[in-house]
Amino acid sequence: MSDLTKLTVADARDALRTGDVTSVELTEACLTAIDGADALGAFVHKTPEIALEQAGAADARIKAGDAPDMCGIPMGIKDLFCTNGVASQAASRILEGFKPEYESTVTSQLFDAGAVMLGKLNMDEFAMGSSNETSCYGNAVNPWRRGNDDTLLTPGGSSGGSASAVAADLCLAATGTDTGGSIRQPAAFTGIVGIKPTYGRCSRWGVVAFASSLDQAGPMAKTVRDAAIVLRTMAGHDPKDSTSADLAVPDFEAMLTGDIRGKKIGIPAEYRMEGTPAEIEKLWADGANMLRDAGAEIVDISLPHAKYALPAYYVIAPAEASSNLARYDGVRYGHRAKLAQGDGITEMYEKTRAEGFGHEVQRRVMVGTYVLSAGFYDAYYNRARKVRTLIKKDFEDAFAAGIDAILTPATPSAAFGLGEMTEADPVQMYLNDVFTVTVNLAGLPGISVPAGIDKQGLPLGLQLIGRPWEEGDLLNTAYALENAAGFVEKPSKWW
Amino acid sequence: MSIDLETAARVAKLARIKVEEDALPALAGEFNTILGFIEQLNEVDVEGVEPMVSVTPMRLKRREDGVTDGNMQDKVLANAPDAREGFFAVPKVVE
Repeated sequence: MSDLTKLTVADARDALRTGDVTSVELTEACLTAIDGADALGAFVHKTPEIALEQAGAADARIKAGDAPDMCGIPMGIKDLFCTNGVASQAASRILEGFKPEYESTVTSQLFDAGAVMLGKLNMDEFAMGSSNETSCYGNAVNPWRRGNDDTLLTPGGSSGGSASAVAADLCLAATGTDTGGSIRQPAAFTGIVGIKPTYGRCSRWGVVAFASSLDQAGPMAKTVRDAAIVLRTMAGHDPKDSTSADLAVPDFEAMLTGDIRGKKIGIPAEYRMEGTPAEIEKLWADGANMLRDAGAEIVDISLPHAKYALPAYYVIAPAEASSNLARYDGVRYGHRAKLAQGDGITEMYEKTRAEGFGHEVQRRVMVGTYVLSAGFYDAYYNRARKVRTLIKKDFEDAFAAGIDAILTPATPSAAFGLGEMTEADPVQMYLNDVFTVTVNLAGLPGISVPAGIDKQGLPLGLQLIGRPWEEGDLLNTAYALENAAGFVEKPSKWW
Repeated sequence: MSIDLETAARVAKLARIKVEEDALPALAGEFNTILGFIEQLNEVDVEGVEPMVSVTPMRLKRREDGVTDGNMQDKVLANAPDAREGFFAVPKVVE
């Protein structure tokens, strides 16, 4: 029965309805796969009792008829989502022991639709990282290897556990979040699909905040169709998030026709960067050809401020993080440091935060503190926000000129080895997000689609960027690319 | 712009993160690397450009100014490292 975990969400949905399989069977198969995959470090809090209870309820609902698409589908949930009564730590020591008394809107919607939670997934601490190496739980590991070389590779980050779990068939789909590329980069590193919807499409309520003007939740799945199905359930207006858009959520799956004739696909000149491996350049050119063969028109475009996206991001995101993470003070939840005789409240804050936050989180909080401090606010923070306006305008100009979607590489390399970047300076790690971060700054939807294998045998992804609120059209273009690329490779099981 | 040890210590203090004296040089070095990277923004002509406030042109929703929940003291305190008699407990704040 181990093949059950290899089902797509769409196939499982159909099999549940024909009665070929039950949600309990699917869930048990996933739980077995998860227990056999501890070497991947993907699931950090397993919730088998909740899963089986939800699966039983889902089976009853499906039997009664008229169950939603997600009913009975076993999923993994990124540790950043607050889940009622279940540890939700954002992979940080500072939230050790924290069990929310409430449920995030996104997970509420999934569970209301009958989805099954198998457990919580590993990630970079507070979603700050591109390799899942900043997690307090230890590394998540990529199920892919470089051929027969047994070097452990990163699944990317910050949604590394989500990517690893989906790629290794431990669950049918997973939730992720994306502030600078945290859904799309790990999806590309593990040969799966990940979409970051338009800012405001999914509620941020109950999702531990990193950089509130950039954070968005989205699905990580095995196929574009699955991403469309899961996104529809995750999305929607929420009065509890004032930035959540009061817009109808279309049936994204129904928009997957694969017909992209006449669509204009932009290729941004500024994304051709020195040092990009030839294989990635070739993949990008191949992707453009596939879309052209499918009837799209390929147009060279310019996004003149693209090169300033990463530096702008590394002002804005740490600034927002320093403010958001001020709440971790050892008073209301999580870890509090042991105090020495005579320590007052300031020592409690300082010791708690020094013990509770990992190195990367401390660094970003302090950079954010610095760029917001008196005398530097204008020079750094305001300037970055002005550059952000220009970055967004670049995209608006392209869309105004008739561009429907923009094709770029998803990442500047394939998955790298765990520990390989440890000695590099922090900026080297930040460069992982060079192709994805513009999309967050502009609030646009972006999707990573697996499109090829490099000479080491590792998956590579392409990114498509769409117009705001047009995830349906974007998913359809991604569907056409997926069909043309015909990526079917899976990692061979070693764990 | 270069961050010296004194500035690094001041930032750590502002961020309420205890950084040991011997860790300050490395921290200052990392700040300088990151700030050096950010310096690129000075190349951009931002004359007359509005700083972005909201990425989506939307008016924030308003709701009636009324109580929507409450009476859940036990839930609010459930995760506190130290709660006593219905309150969060902290070290002495006022002498």
